[in-house]
Amino acid sequence: MNDQSDIQVFPTITWSAGAGCHGGCGQQLHVKDGKLIKVEGDENSPWNQGRACPRVLALTQYVYHPDRITTPLKRVGNRGEGKFEPISWDEAFDTCEARMRDIREKHGAEAVIFAQGTGRDIGGPISFLAYNYGSPNWCQLGLSGQSCYTPRLGAMKTSTGEFMVLDASQFSEKRYEDPEWEVPKVIIVWGQNPPPTCPDGFFGHWIVDCMQRGSQIISIDPRYTWMSTRAKYHLQIRPGTDGALALGMLNVIIREELYDKEFVEKWTYGFDKLCERVKAYPPDKVSDITWVPEDLIVEAARLYATSKPAAIHWGVPIDMCPQGTTVAQAISHLWTITGNVDIPGGNVIARPTQGVTTYPYTTEELVELYGQELVDKLNQKRIGCDTYPMVKNFRGWAQPDMAIDQIASGKPYPIKGAWIQTANILGGQAARAKFHYEALKKLDFVVVVDLFHNPTTMALADIVLPAATFAEKDSFRAWWTPLAVIQKTIQVGECKSDWEINFEMARRLNDSGIKYNSVKELINERLAVANTNFDELAAKGPRTMPEDGPFKPYRRHERGLLRKDGKPGFETSTGKIELYCKAYESWGLDPLPFYDEPPQSPVTTPELFEKYPLIMITGARSSLFFHSEHRMIPWLREKDPEPYVEVHPETAKKYGVLDGEWIYLENDLGKVKRKVRCSLRVHPQMIHTLHGWWMPEMEGKEPDLFGVWDYQINQLIPGPQHSDSGFGGGQYKTTLVKLSSMIKQGGNNG
Amino acid sequence: MAKKGILISYDFCTGCQTCAVACQQEHNHPAGKCGIKVTEYIYEAIKKPVAIDYFPFMTELCDLCANRQRNGEEPACVKHCQSFCMKFGRLDELVKDMELKSRTVLFAPR
Repeated sequence: MNDQSDIQVFPTITWSAGAGCHGGCGQQLHVKDGKLIKVEGDENSPWNQGRACPRVLALTQYVYHPDRITTPLKRVGNRGEGKFEPISWDEAFDTCEARMRDIREKHGAEAVIFAQGTGRDIGGPISFLAYNYGSPNWCQLGLSGQSCYTPRLGAMKTSTGEFMVLDASQFSEKRYEDPEWEVPKVIIVWGQNPPPTCPDGFFGHWIVDCMQRGSQIISIDPRYTWMSTRAKYHLQIRPGTDGALALGMLNVIIREELYDKEFVEKWTYGFDKLCERVKAYPPDKVSDITWVPEDLIVEAARLYATSKPAAIHWGVPIDMCPQGTTVAQAISHLWTITGNVDIPGGNVIARPTQGVTTYPYTTEELVELYGQELVDKLNQKRIGCDTYPMVKNFRGWAQPDMAIDQIASGKPYPIKGAWIQTANILGGQAARAKFHYEALKKLDFVVVVDLFHNPTTMALADIVLPAATFAEKDSFRAWWTPLAVIQKTIQVGECKSDWEINFEMARRLNDSGIKYNSVKELINERLAVANTNFDELAAKGPRTMPEDGPFKPYRRHERGLLRKDGKPGFETSTGKIELYCKAYESWGLDPLPFYDEPPQSPVTTPELFEKYPLIMITGARSSLFFHSEHRMIPWLREKDPEPYVEVHPETAKKYGVLDGEWIYLENDLGKVKRKVRCSLRVHPQMIHTLHGWWMPEMEGKEPDLFGVWDYQINQLIPGPQHSDSGFGGGQYKTTLVKLSSMIKQGGNNG
Repeated sequence: MAKKGILISYDFCTGCQTCAVACQQEHNHPAGKCGIKVTEYIYEAIKKPVAIDYFPFMTELCDLCANRQRNGEEPACVKHCQSFCMKFGRLDELVKDMELKSRTVLFAPR
């Protein structure tokens, strides 16, 4: 037992590494003699109210894990040999500087790609480095169609001028006690299982909080989940058909005149055109497409439209639909035409808190940070900019499918280097994982910034830089709410924060110099717009919204708080929410939502379906892991030890596989090992398996690469079929496969 | 002193395993050893084609976090539960709670 008097308690805010999440949670770090000994949920945090998740409570095992990389490393053998030597930070920075300068001189700055994953506070520091180096090629390399939130963000921004989220009173310090807030009477949970995860600035269990306060759930999910089994209606949808379902629900709500006539009249543009379009999607036809019974579609649409307030909470499968940006558009039209916009308990407008940019989501924010001139200049070379209007106009990413094709082909210009940070591309997000491996292996210079060795560091890295967990760094967070700083409480080895690493590299690589002397100066400059600074937020704690102004709900469109000109309405060309999207129209995209079949499906590719008769859903979340992380953490791994595949008992019987048997999932791209878990969770014609699996306990060097080629499910996810907009359409939920017995193939079972 | 226990509204247990890791951290138990075990059960129920329940249940190792109680704190599992579906208190008072709630179980330690 610890003597309590020696223990210091530091309140801080999470944002990934360690906890593995999108952050926002208040946690107290208990430190004794400079060492983290315990994590406790912070009861003073309105966000989580003392709660925690298994990953953050396992932080001591993560931080002090014997496999943590704690010094910079350089590769001394061939790529893949697993031979690395510790070097000093000076040598590491010198090497990176020299090699990246060399590439820039010979091939231009655009020849280095800056690849991130989804974790940590990464968007800020990696874009800072890319822009100071002069490369426009920043993206989540491997994430086909950039199919994670970007399509939804893009659809919302272009048709409403804003982003919107379910209102669980997160913008009020009083939370559920705030008299202005109302419990959503109905919540549509569309394509997500919120409890194991905290997606996109949202605490998953807030929906459970709402259920305990009376919210009824409509669950749209191909799997049975805890939430779907407690829902009023569960729509067991065929993966990838969400666009048709949204159009079918719009059809019912419009045909039965259940929409909010006053809101539609006053605040929307193009309703008549939407009415025409949805006529093509009557519920019987939509039922055929989605496999959801017609009466369920009708009843769910009626319940949602006749309950006010009602809210929609959505997940990544929407982005991963064909035409993800248009599917998101259709779903957002549901909350618009029912008048659930920016009302208590509806879908409320969310902006980066108090105008602070930590992670530039939009081109506007990039321009604010780096100036129009630089952004315009870099856009000339940005991969995908010329091809896809939304890539050009909404968000400063390179288009990831095109990026890897360009890395492989060298056309239209060669890519020579990669700065990979927070991204285990090969063990994680990369569709066509083997193709990524082959292409990236050929690069002249690869830096990987991470916390543990993984298939990506092993296969590709020339230099590995050791990153800090959230407990070991100063940073800041402004994702919707609250405005908060992350405070460094401990030091592990020589690890540095992503901000510190990228700050030093930017300082070295920008020949015009950077205007800050320290990371803290940079943070303070970005916080200045909110009239605060790092030290003040550290001392006073996270700050929710000022009572008045554009950042606090509700009904800001009525009060003239959204438009730059101060007039009531929305920041779009028509001043209204555009059900007929003028921006899409000007970019040559269909301004109205429509439905496209998945590129592989029983309908699109019947012959392939005959060969591979199961629709594979990947990527449901485990509460124990964040994507490809945490497999080496004992307290977590023991609770979810093996990569399993959920197979309906009838399906297992049909294909002659047994519960607990190791089998292959197989298609034309390859085969991957999985352990069968017979489960009623899944539809007989679908299977589900988790993504991000590799085995830290296996051999790291080639050819094993921690077992990645045995277990990495994204080897079976096919290549580019992204949306017309450039964003959306990664086939992570809709790929066709078959099950095959390992024993019958002569393998040793397990 | 009145005997204490934990009331679990298991209908709201989402199976997130926070309680188990909270217990292991608090007691410094290695993997494989824990004061609470969460079990998943997926089955065909009455009028429901599929039901999913989680059962968080205490083991021999549960001491209701005696050390934390001495500092006036709740057991680690109760405090951190993401669904707030666990309540710590006197058994006689928790029984009264049970009369108001459905699908609950009451744990009393040795």
